[in-house]
Amino acid sequence: MDTHLPSPHPSPGGRGRSPVGTLARRAATLFVVHGILIAGAVFILLPFVWMLITSIKSPAEIFAVDFSLWPKHFNAVENYGFALQKVPLLRFAANGVIVCAGILLIQLLVAIPCAYALAKLRFPGRTALFALVLMGLCIPIQVPALPLYMGLAQVGLLNTYFAIMMPFFSSVFAIFLFRQFFRSYPDEIIHAARLDGMSEFEIVWLIVVPSAWPAIAAFSVFSIVAHWNDLYWPLIVISDTHLATPPLGMMFFADAETGSNYGALTAAATVLTAPLVVAFLIARRRFIEGITMTGIK
Amino acid sequence: MARVELKSISKSFGGVPVLSGIELDVADGEFLTLVGASGCGKSTLIRIIAGLEPQSSGSVLINGAPVDHLRPHERQVAMVFQSYALYPHMRVFANIGLPLMMSRLNLFERLPIIRMLSARRRRVMAEIESEVRAVTKQLQIDALLERRPSQLSGGQRQRVALGRAMVRHPAAFLMDEPLSNLDAKLRVHMRTELAELHDRLGTTFIYVTHDQVEAMTMSDRVAMMDNGTILQIGRPGDLYMRPANLKVAQFIGTPAINLLPAKVSSAGSVELFGAELPIRARRPAGSAMTLGIRPEAITLAPLGTSRPGMHLLPGRLRRSENLGPEHMLHIDLTSPASGTIICSVAGDHEPLTSDSRGLALLFMPSACHVFDVEGHRIDDVEAASAAAAPSSDPHARAFGATLCPLLPKAGEPCAPCGGPAARTS
Repeated sequence: MDTHLPSPHPSPGGRGRSPVGTLARRAATLFVVHGILIAGAVFILLPFVWMLITSIKSPAEIFAVDFSLWPKHFNAVENYGFALQKVPLLRFAANGVIVCAGILLIQLLVAIPCAYALAKLRFPGRTALFALVLMGLCIPIQVPALPLYMGLAQVGLLNTYFAIMMPFFSSVFAIFLFRQFFRSYPDEIIHAARLDGMSEFEIVWLIVVPSAWPAIAAFSVFSIVAHWNDLYWPLIVISDTHLATPPLGMMFFADAETGSNYGALTAAATVLTAPLVVAFLIARRRFIEGITMTGIK
Repeated sequence: MARVELKSISKSFGGVPVLSGIELDVADGEFLTLVGASGCGKSTLIRIIAGLEPQSSGSVLINGAPVDHLRPHERQVAMVFQSYALYPHMRVFANIGLPLMMSRLNLFERLPIIRMLSARRRRVMAEIESEVRAVTKQLQIDALLERRPSQLSGGQRQRVALGRAMVRHPAAFLMDEPLSNLDAKLRVHMRTELAELHDRLGTTFIYVTHDQVEAMTMSDRVAMMDNGTILQIGRPGDLYMRPANLKVAQFIGTPAINLLPAKVSSAGSVELFGAELPIRARRPAGSAMTLGIRPEAITLAPLGTSRPGMHLLPGRLRRSENLGPEHMLHIDLTSPASGTIICSVAGDHEPLTSDSRGLALLFMPSACHVFDVEGHRIDDVEAASAAAAPSSDPHARAFGATLCPLLPKAGEPCAPCGGPAARTS
């Protein structure tokens, strides 16, 4: 992000400041600004760095009194091997992929037409519906958790992928985000599409969505991060280890005999965090575009 | 080919009326322009004709049949938008061919992947391609078929939008300010091209613009709208020569018509700055009036000149603008008159502009447009001039017995009379 720095071209004959003084001032500003940014980055990155280092240390070194950033003996093979052998880590990761992809797909299928209707179609009750969407944003998952659980238990669907995904199929946040995005879509193009004979569904999927990729990418990152990391809901509906999502799997893993093997634990955590970090790095530019775009409008 | 009729169309947005009781009959093959300031309801009206906006009451008829229940694409009209409204992610070919694909391919033949299975699709697509090529050749954009809209200039986008409208062979073209996003030079060029396209296709055109020059130069008829109603419909020359309403007189013509306060004298004629004009007012004595004189209807002469039949106002030159072929003179009226008048004279009028003693502004009373306090035209003006000089010559009809003061020689065409050598501003 741009930070506001003094102009690189000091005005000639300005306020009598010498070129050296101007340079010093600029250097000081740069130093302070970057100092703050670096401090923030260190604060956020330190837990990750610690996790990575711990995952390659030997148990003795982890519990050693003196703190070191770099291990004396590398124990990576043992730690990662142990984690991968004892725990179905890849299975957890695969579960995470299935759940996140399923949730995201249905969320997009539901939220995009809803958002289009709220943004571009005129019908009675539109304002009231949008108000309901906004109110929906205020309800945390903990509130409907009990009735959802009872309902799933009644139909015998506990311990299924469907049970993990179902509460998140309709995302009010997605509807809100896409509605804001679609509102800025030019009406004239939609009118032209209607005159060309397209149905409203075709307009949504063939005309509007191709221009909405930044918003879709931004929302996808939100959705995937939230559901990859979600522990609360899988913990309620899943007791079968084979269906565990990454955080739930980590919890099962920590509970078992490996509870105090921090090297192996952090190795497992590294394996399970890596896909998200990689995904974010790939979608980073789109993600930032999406955020700034919806922030301005 | 279609005749488009509007029967008492009204529209209100949340209780606020934007159109009230619009009656319009556009003949088959006619070029009709809806002109008016922004917010007068002209764009809403054209969207109602297209079916993009439902009217609150009234009926739209195309070729005599009501189309109110039909969806936009079923009405057989094509529209060109101000922003061109091209599909940004599609290439030019797809943009132009889309209306044909929508109407000739069924749902399965349009679905991704599944469409590969259809043999009929390949045949239909070959037809569509040849039609798209024919249209793009006509518009001289056949080299651009593989480009995306973002890679095109404004004028090229405009042509693609036109192509998308033409390829359907619609019953009528609706155009919503299609030239206003172009730069001035290209606008003048496209104006001619559109008019020629209309001549070639012979299809009904309904054209919306806020630019009176576009309205005057391209149309068979012009409908001037204001505040949700049509003030006047007529040939461009009619609106200029016989504005039915003060607002029409003000809107049509550049520079704008000069307006002077007048009133009805005790004798019942129009009184301007204490002097009576030979125009019967047909309103009660003492009522306020507005007198309009076109800038080119005024002849300038040294102070003290008088000419038979012409009315004189004294004035002093404040400022002169040289436009090349003509001078635009800003003249302050002097006692007993007051106010400012803009007067246009041919470019060789140099000697007058340096006269510091003052000028005589001479005009024929028959060249005046008189409006009552509500802005309605008082029709006696035309009657008086017709009685004075019955003639078939348009200049004589407009300006009484004298020739149009703009013209160096008699009989040459000019803008106010709708001649082919129309001046553009």
